[in-house]
Amino acid sequence: MSTRASHSRIGDLARTFLLVELLRGLRLTGRNLFRRKVTIQYPEEKGPQSPRFRGLHALRRYPNGEERCIACKLCEAVCPALAITIDSEQREDGTRRTTRYDIDLFKCIYCGFCEESCPVDSIVETRIFEYHMEDRSERIISKDRLLAIGEQYEAQLARDRQQDAPYR
Amino acid sequence: MAELTEFIWIMAKIVAILVPLILAVAYLTYAERRVIGAIQARNGPNRVGPMGLFQPFADVFKLLFKEVVIPSNANRFLFLIAPMLSLMPALAAWAVMPFSDGLVLSDINAGLLYILAMTSLGVYGVIIAGWASNSKYAMLGAMRSAAQIVSYEIAMGFALVGVLMAAGSMNLSGIVNAQAGPIWNWFWLPLLPLFVVYWISGVAETNRAPFDVAEGESEIVAGFHVEYSGTAFALFFLAEYANMILIAALAVIMFMGGWYSPFHGLPVLGPMFDWVPGIVWFVLKMTIFLYLYLAFRATFPRYRYDQIMRLGWKVLIPVTVVWLVVLALMILAGLGPWFN
Repeated sequence: MSTRASHSRIGDLARTFLLVELLRGLRLTGRNLFRRKVTIQYPEEKGPQSPRFRGLHALRRYPNGEERCIACKLCEAVCPALAITIDSEQREDGTRRTTRYDIDLFKCIYCGFCEESCPVDSIVETRIFEYHMEDRSERIISKDRLLAIGEQYEAQLARDRQQDAPYR
Repeated sequence: MAELTEFIWIMAKIVAILVPLILAVAYLTYAERRVIGAIQARNGPNRVGPMGLFQPFADVFKLLFKEVVIPSNANRFLFLIAPMLSLMPALAAWAVMPFSDGLVLSDINAGLLYILAMTSLGVYGVIIAGWASNSKYAMLGAMRSAAQIVSYEIAMGFALVGVLMAAGSMNLSGIVNAQAGPIWNWFWLPLLPLFVVYWISGVAETNRAPFDVAEGESEIVAGFHVEYSGTAFALFFLAEYANMILIAALAVIMFMGGWYSPFHGLPVLGPMFDWVPGIVWFVLKMTIFLYLYLAFRATFPRYRYDQIMRLGWKVLIPVTVVWLVVLALMILAGLGPWFN
């Protein structure tokens, strides 16, 4: 700002007519012409994902094949969007299990509270974010599909949980 | 029979000029999007064909297949004739353009006058389009554009008067030949202020950024062609870009030595580049000016409307008048390599 006072009117006029500021602007954009592009070419390139990524849901099983979910309904209770619907019954061996576990993907806000509230790490959110529905009825994702997704991505899910374990 | 062959010959020449011109327009739009993208650290279109090179064709075919919507209270005849009125002079002006020594469709002696007349006619398309649309935005845009084009034509005309004085000829080939020689023999050096004024008014004439208030998106949507769609819109688009190329070509002819190599007539370098055909130099120089158009758009914020008028009338026109006097003195003194 101290140089402001030293500007003479003739100097200002000369700078105006020599287009100094315009040329300076052109130099700036000219330099940027050769800068590296920041665009991610989406279908071919993808951005990094955190192990805490909250995408499509899945239900996990124990390594012995037993489903983890014990129908405690904590996720149903904590869900701020009321997207989860659970029915349960007592199985022959005396344990409580779900008969119905529906998630309405239109209601779900992908907050991850269900995953956090789960005492047995059963309901989780996967890294899947590229999915679509071709009919409104497909928005409800049922227990068997959730379990199927869990089976398909178990390795990834286990790895992500383990990586995040120290911070839980 | 002789008349028929001559007619076919002239038609062939016209096609030989128009097809490359329209291709150049197509790839100017592509270059514009790529260059501005690069300046903003983006890629620009790169999906259609290798490196997006077919993008302009995809755009053109999309426009051609779209419906031309005519607003219900528009004047149908004028509405449809306006885009043609705006494109026709933009293409017709190329008739006198010398691409290389002797490579010109019509070598008329009043070439410069013809060009000025043709570029001025373009404004009718704008006014008629704005009025015939029966839309307030189109009307406002047309009035802005028309006022701007007419004002800057004066500054541009004055700048070209300087060229005329320096060259002593209105024939475009004559103007180029008056500049024969290496780069410092060209008129941009003795006419530097006129050159700058010419280029600024050229950008304003074509309603390009930073003088694009006529289509200031944030204020009046798209200016005089808001109501146009499909092929009619494509014609306006074509006219705008053809005009840009025309202004760039004129800049090369008037100030940058036309088809002459920048080393022409030098002892060693001159013969080294003699094998390069003149049209290559012509196109190369044009490319630099066209790049400037794009760089301006990426760099400068839009002028306010009153600032545009002030710049045109109170700065550019006085500068040209002063320099015409200086130029007259330089010619009287037979200064430098230009006027002896």
